[in-house]
Amino acid sequence: MSLQATSSQTVGPYFRIGLRWLNQDNLVGEGVSGERVTIQGRVFDGAGAPVRDAILEIWQANAHGKYDHPEDTQDKPLEPGFKGYGRVPVNDEGMFRFATIKPGPVPGLQGRDQAPHLVVSVFMRGVVRRMATRIYFPDDTHNASDFILNLVEPSRRTTLIAKKTASGPGALEWNVVLQGPDETVFFDLGL
Amino acid sequence: MKRIAGYRPPYPGTQPNHLHPPYVSSIKRAPTKPPIPIPYTLSEVTGPLFGPEIIAPKASDLTIQHSGEPLGERIVVSGRVLDENSRPLANTLIEIWQANAAGRYQHEWDQHQAPLDPNFSGCGQAVTDAEGRYRFITVRPGEYPWGNHYNAWRPAHIHFSLFGPAFATRLVTQMYFPGDQLLPFDPIFNSTADEKARNRLISVFDWETTIPETALGYRFDIILRGREATPMEEEE
Repeated sequence: MSLQATSSQTVGPYFRIGLRWLNQDNLVGEGVSGERVTIQGRVFDGAGAPVRDAILEIWQANAHGKYDHPEDTQDKPLEPGFKGYGRVPVNDEGMFRFATIKPGPVPGLQGRDQAPHLVVSVFMRGVVRRMATRIYFPDDTHNASDFILNLVEPSRRTTLIAKKTASGPGALEWNVVLQGPDETVFFDLGL
Repeated sequence: MKRIAGYRPPYPGTQPNHLHPPYVSSIKRAPTKPPIPIPYTLSEVTGPLFGPEIIAPKASDLTIQHSGEPLGERIVVSGRVLDENSRPLANTLIEIWQANAAGRYQHEWDQHQAPLDPNFSGCGQAVTDAEGRYRFITVRPGEYPWGNHYNAWRPAHIHFSLFGPAFATRLVTQMYFPGDQLLPFDPIFNSTADEKARNRLISVFDWETTIPETALGYRFDIILRGREATPMEEEE
């Protein structure tokens, strides 16, 4: 008889007091290689109103496509200034922003690399269970053959791909839309 | 080549659905489309790891973080972090936050008329030891009213956040206290359909960790998801 995982519960409205000590909106330390990007966006509820008590967590590989984790046994270099972890609460307008680098490709299924992506956890008051999603990069030629993206119906894939903005190269926009026609794709990882 | 071993799906009913209408905030926030199942890749079986070096020496005693003593009843909250395969999870970061003894959070949005306590911030961290054990000293949080429905009160609870070994194991939950009369009426506690799973969110009074003359002990074991036993062969 195995144990059963503890049930998830909401972070509630006051998570900031417990989680802010580990906030990280700039993932890039000194001497880190890779293409700099900033990803900015907002979180919207089913009425189109900004959600002001949400928090996002980011996990990603470095520019070589290597995760800073013992389970990543690839023969690729780690970089001391890059852990790949981010934690970003939204502000009173439901807006978040973080700076990072575009990760390199990491292995996927059947020996084929995945398109560069970040994995993202979304938490907020009113949501009793972590929501898992991904951010892909615009105009990346690997997107078309990405196994995970191809599991998503074509009309919804755009919710997973950040958009370029007029603010300059590397300034990307990606929003979290909880309900409606533009509802963000979330993934079922079992929990 | 082998497929990466994934994590076990939850037993039916043991994890809440996103939409739980009695919890009114979920109505406009729960995604309406079912989440899309995906196979596990290196991105989901890795995740950020944080060791004991990251936390401050007083981080797991919430009663000594200020010059004075916080008001309220001292308690010891301790337990083990295991995975579903009963393996202890060592070196796992736990973050907690809670209301003070009067039922008020140190947060500007909390305008409940109960008093703030200048000697209690209500947040702490611990990292599990080699056997997966953790221990916090704090004060028993107060119950407090909230706006979900008429005369709604949250049962006393402590928020827990854990990373575990991978992105897939990330868990945020709440710990409750035995005998709390508010539990049957709380839509957040009741968002988990399975009664036994729900009741595992209630800590157990524990003589063994109770400190004589000082603090009652409550035990709260946390189970993070376990790995599937064998990776399946992948067809080339």
